[in-house]
Amino acid sequence: MIDYKNVLTTCPYCGTGCALHLQVLDEKLVGVLPAKNHVVSEGGLCIKGWNVHAFVNHPDRLTTPLIRKNGKLEEATWDEALTLIADKFGEVKTASGPDSVAILTSAKCTNEENYLLQKFARAVIGTNNVDHCARL
Amino acid sequence: MTDRLTTLRKTIENVLPNVEGVLALRIGPGGITAPHLFSKEHSEELDKLALWPKEPVPDTLKIILRAHPDAKLAIVCRGCEERGIVEMFKHSQLNLDNLTLIGLQCEQDEAEFCRCAKPFTVHSKLTVGEPIEGVPDPLTAKIEAMSQPEKQAFWKQEFEHCIKCYGCRNICPQCFCNICALEDETWVETGRLPMPNPSMYHMVRAMHMTAKCVACRECEETCPADIPMAVHFRLIARDVREMFNYEPGASMDQKPPQLLVLEEGEYERSGLPH
Ligand code: SF4
Ligand code: SF4
Ligand code: SF4
Repeated sequence: MIDYKNVLTTCPYCGTGCALHLQVLDEKLVGVLPAKNHVVSEGGLCIKGWNVHAFVNHPDRLTTPLIRKNGKLEEATWDEALTLIADKFGEVKTASGPDSVAILTSAKCTNEENYLLQKFARAVIGTNNVDHCARL
Repeated sequence: MTDRLTTLRKTIENVLPNVEGVLALRIGPGGITAPHLFSKEHSEELDKLALWPKEPVPDTLKIILRAHPDAKLAIVCRGCEERGIVEMFKHSQLNLDNLTLIGLQCEQDEAEFCRCAKPFTVHSKLTVGEPIEGVPDPLTAKIEAMSQPEKQAFWKQEFEHCIKCYGCRNICPQCFCNICALEDETWVETGRLPMPNPSMYHMVRAMHMTAKCVACRECEETCPADIPMAVHFRLIARDVREMFNYEPGASMDQKPPQLLVLEEGEYERSGLPH
């Protein structure tokens, strides 16, 4: 049986919120189609939105954290990576104060994730240094 | 008289048992429509069948047929989409042997929205709705009536708004080259907006649409800068009609002018799709 679907989603690239359809053929992502009657993007997309399907299964996409050991990036577990980050943040904060840390969030995250990151910056680290990639 | 949606649904229900799927439009989450492959296994999905806004369904058909070349499918197509399918067939992009065309005739408001000269199908054996006459294209007439300097100023300003999203190329059912001239730095410089030479992108595409454009206006509809580019393609189409007596999509067996120079035989698609 041929299985062709259009899955409606929001473009992850910036904060505008354009809608797009991911074209899925036999469980594989094959393309992008704009959403004509969507109130934000009205059937248009920018070049990034048109190519959203390309990064999802790209071989270069990172699927585990990497830790640099002896100058070389090595795959690590999330527990190892988070422990290392917590230790380093602690060291920097103790040595140079909380404003020596900045948190850069991303338009590719959800609202809730961005909320958590600013909360983390302000309440855990103690800095207002929060910014994001969508400040184009 | 029953409305087009009811008649279309009945027609699809009659066709469904004999095919692997019917490509038509479906209302999805949030009332957003998209092409959908209806199947007999899930005929209840026809509750969400939609007519408008139209979508580039010939392109979706091409994507499906590339993976399933022998699939027995049906497609609901309007006049422009039927023309698109015919031209894609002539350029070896798809096979018509196993394809059932269900021709959906456009209504007055739709034809006016599209500034469409031929809002009807001519090849589909199954049809839904009553064919109407074509409507004039006031925008093309208005631009044609401008003086040469006015035209130049008009297009210069339009082209400078182009954000080079490549949407007009991506969505066009007649843009199917494996290697696209618009991605060749010789013609279109990358990394700068507005483009240093903005007319280049547009003129290259206009030339490449010669004797191919079926006037569906999907390119104009997807353009975030609202550039009325189909106006070019229509004026070129008028010249092609005069010079070669060729109208894209009108006849099944008249060869398009691009193919007349070829020696005996057919040309075949090679390499990977872009
Ligand atoms: S371009 Fe013409 S045939 Fe196509 S949808 Fe518009 S009115 Fe109908
Ligand atoms: S109107 Fe635009 S999208 Fe449609 S065939 Fe012509 S160039 Fe392609
Ligand atoms: S769709 Fe419009 S903005 Fe995008 S490349 Fe084409 S003309 Fe330029």
